[in-house]
Amino acid sequence: MVSFSGSTAVAGIGATEFSKQSGRSELRLAAEAVFAALDDAGLGPSDVDGLVTYTQDANDEIAVAREVGIGDLTFFSRVHYGGGAACGTVMHAAMAVATGVAETVVCYRAFNERSGRRYGRPDPGLGGAPSSLGLEMSWHVPQGLMTPAAWVAMFARRYMHVHGATSEDFGRVAVAMRRHAATNPAAWFHGRPITLAEHQASRWIVDPLHLLDCCQESDGAVALVVTSAERARDLRRTPALITAAAQGSGAEQMMMTSYYRDDMTGLPEMGVVGRRLWEQAGFGPEDVQTAVLYDHFTPFVLVQLEELGFCGRGEARHLVADGGIEIDGRLPVNPHGGQLGEAYIHGMNGIAEAVRQVRGTAANQVADVRNVLVTAGTGVPTSGLVLSAG
Amino acid sequence: MTAANPPAGVPDPGFHERLTALAEKRMAAGEVYGEAAADPVNLPMIRHWAAAMGDANPLHTDAEAAAAGVHGEIVAPPAMIQVWTMPGLAGPAGRTGGDGGSGGQGRAGDQGPGGRAVQAGGSGEHGPDGRPGSGGGPIDDVLAALDAAGYTGVVATNCEQTYDRYLRLGERPVPATRLTGLSGPKRTALGEGYFVTWNVTWYSEGERVAQMLFRVLKFHPEGRKTTPDTRQPYPLGPAVNDDTAFFWEGVARGELRIQRCADCGELRHPPGPVCPSCRSAGRTYVVASGEGEVYSYVVHHNPPVPGWETPFAVAVVQLPEGVRIVGAVVDCAPAEVGIGMPLRVTYRQKDDNLILPLWVPRET
Repeated sequence: MVSFSGSTAVAGIGATEFSKQSGRSELRLAAEAVFAALDDAGLGPSDVDGLVTYTQDANDEIAVAREVGIGDLTFFSRVHYGGGAACGTVMHAAMAVATGVAETVVCYRAFNERSGRRYGRPDPGLGGAPSSLGLEMSWHVPQGLMTPAAWVAMFARRYMHVHGATSEDFGRVAVAMRRHAATNPAAWFHGRPITLAEHQASRWIVDPLHLLDCCQESDGAVALVVTSAERARDLRRTPALITAAAQGSGAEQMMMTSYYRDDMTGLPEMGVVGRRLWEQAGFGPEDVQTAVLYDHFTPFVLVQLEELGFCGRGEARHLVADGGIEIDGRLPVNPHGGQLGEAYIHGMNGIAEAVRQVRGTAANQVADVRNVLVTAGTGVPTSGLVLSAG
Repeated sequence: MTAANPPAGVPDPGFHERLTALAEKRMAAGEVYGEAAADPVNLPMIRHWAAAMGDANPLHTDAEAAAAGVHGEIVAPPAMIQVWTMPGLAGPAGRTGGDGGSGGQGRAGDQGPGGRAVQAGGSGEHGPDGRPGSGGGPIDDVLAALDAAGYTGVVATNCEQTYDRYLRLGERPVPATRLTGLSGPKRTALGEGYFVTWNVTWYSEGERVAQMLFRVLKFHPEGRKTTPDTRQPYPLGPAVNDDTAFFWEGVARGELRIQRCADCGELRHPPGPVCPSCRSAGRTYVVASGEGEVYSYVVHHNPPVPGWETPFAVAVVQLPEGVRIVGAVVDCAPAEVGIGMPLRVTYRQKDDNLILPLWVPRET
């Protein structure tokens, strides 16, 4: 059986600046990020024969190809379920490369999420369409439960009740992310750390979530170049080998509102991803030096630590205590500052950070990185990666 | 009609008492006679009426047939009783209310809301306004007082007639009107209003020939815009399809329905087209007890949500039947909501078309 594990790699990364108002079109942001990623890899548009993005991305593959000057495409694919797509784009690209469908695939995500359509705002249309998603949302939206923060807060309350976690435990995640962002020049919150007291004093968004439990909203774009490991070794940068890549959805899965299964304290779909990743990698959490965990809302960082095996059920609050996930802690999480601190590019900026950690070029570099775990959006069908130094 | 209508929604604190006092005075005055019919009961008018109503009975129009009939002469259809004493559209000045007490005549300018013609149950003989001709009858000033207070809309709600005998050609019946009821204010689908009831008795040749009970609702048409029954469309309506319609139909009937597999009996919420346990597409439902308890909850503060006032609480509710359902918790402060709190379902109208099942605290 053909495997992409170890035989494919991320050869280039590129991004625009991260802002609150890019002042230019989403297609232009996409093109800029793709150019930057190709430049980073030392490749040109004519080398690209595949493109992958999110179903939520507003820029069609053919539009990006036109702007960048990419000619023939033999592979184009979209990955569904919001930010859960992030690592899935790399998995799709790696599958295409490993099977010979394409040689060089670029994954991209570009949006004006702050100056354009803001995902955190209520969208009355969510529950109105007679699609399966519209019908699913119709059990929640009419009741006023209709923002991502509210959907996550419902899980967070139950998690607190069952495991004794507190708002301060969530706050420690935010403090760690902002500490990391403070020393990352690319981060929106560069130079602006926060204290736990500031977290606690920040206004309610949806109780039990404070403002500082919620990631920021950003304009920007990120692109990644995926090719064979063999080819990547001949290119400009040190390859970040794709050791493992997986998508996952759990039983009774819904979009952000899987309230009708288990005890509402886990993320079974992330458990699916984690098991697949460790199986492909041939090692476990103990062999990861740093993790980039999707952090649109702080509580799910704790749950991910548990689902991925970094600690037991309900024990994540002990792991995040005393700086356990900070840059000098037991498991440095999101050294770039995550989406809480660097930017919300739907998880794609986290993959770029993982590549930098493998290369040894990150702003907040963790020592002796051999393997990095990356995850995608939580509360939705999701995905994950393990990237390794070649 | 004397005073301009007060602005809609501005209550006149003394109005109800003044209106009640006026009505009691008029009711105490009893029967007030009006003017006798302007024209005697006559064949041309009977013929027009019978033609218009499709009444082909020859006893009313054919002298020969009538002579051979039980009356021995032409008699007027009893249902014409209002016709004989109904004033013209202009309503001669100084006429008493008795004639108009038929409830029959309105003024062209006094239309009901939206100019809709108002019909009482089957009578079909009265105009859009229940007002009698202007004058000093026992109901005129009560209706005028309601008009002046903004209750300018009118709809006839009852018209019940009983007949003592047939009228013969040449008779000139005389109406007598008494005010017999005033109730209100009442909230109705049309708006807030008062029901006004009067009785008219017709006499001819010294004896009673017919009686009528007539009732109108005088309502505040501006009130329609602010009554709970005519809301802005709720912005967060659900999508409904074949798989979920039973649930929303249940809600409209005050039932919380849980899908039940027709074959294996498994309960399932949210519902779906195929039973995940046995693959059956046969579906039925059970009606839940309507009790539940908070399994998890949030209090939404920001950003604002259309159709809701922040902060508000929404819960995942565990039902004793074994399934969970999501619903807002109302009628208590969001801060009082907690996991394990007993709830019971309630149904709230969100707009003209949508009722939502919501949850309120339950005493245990």
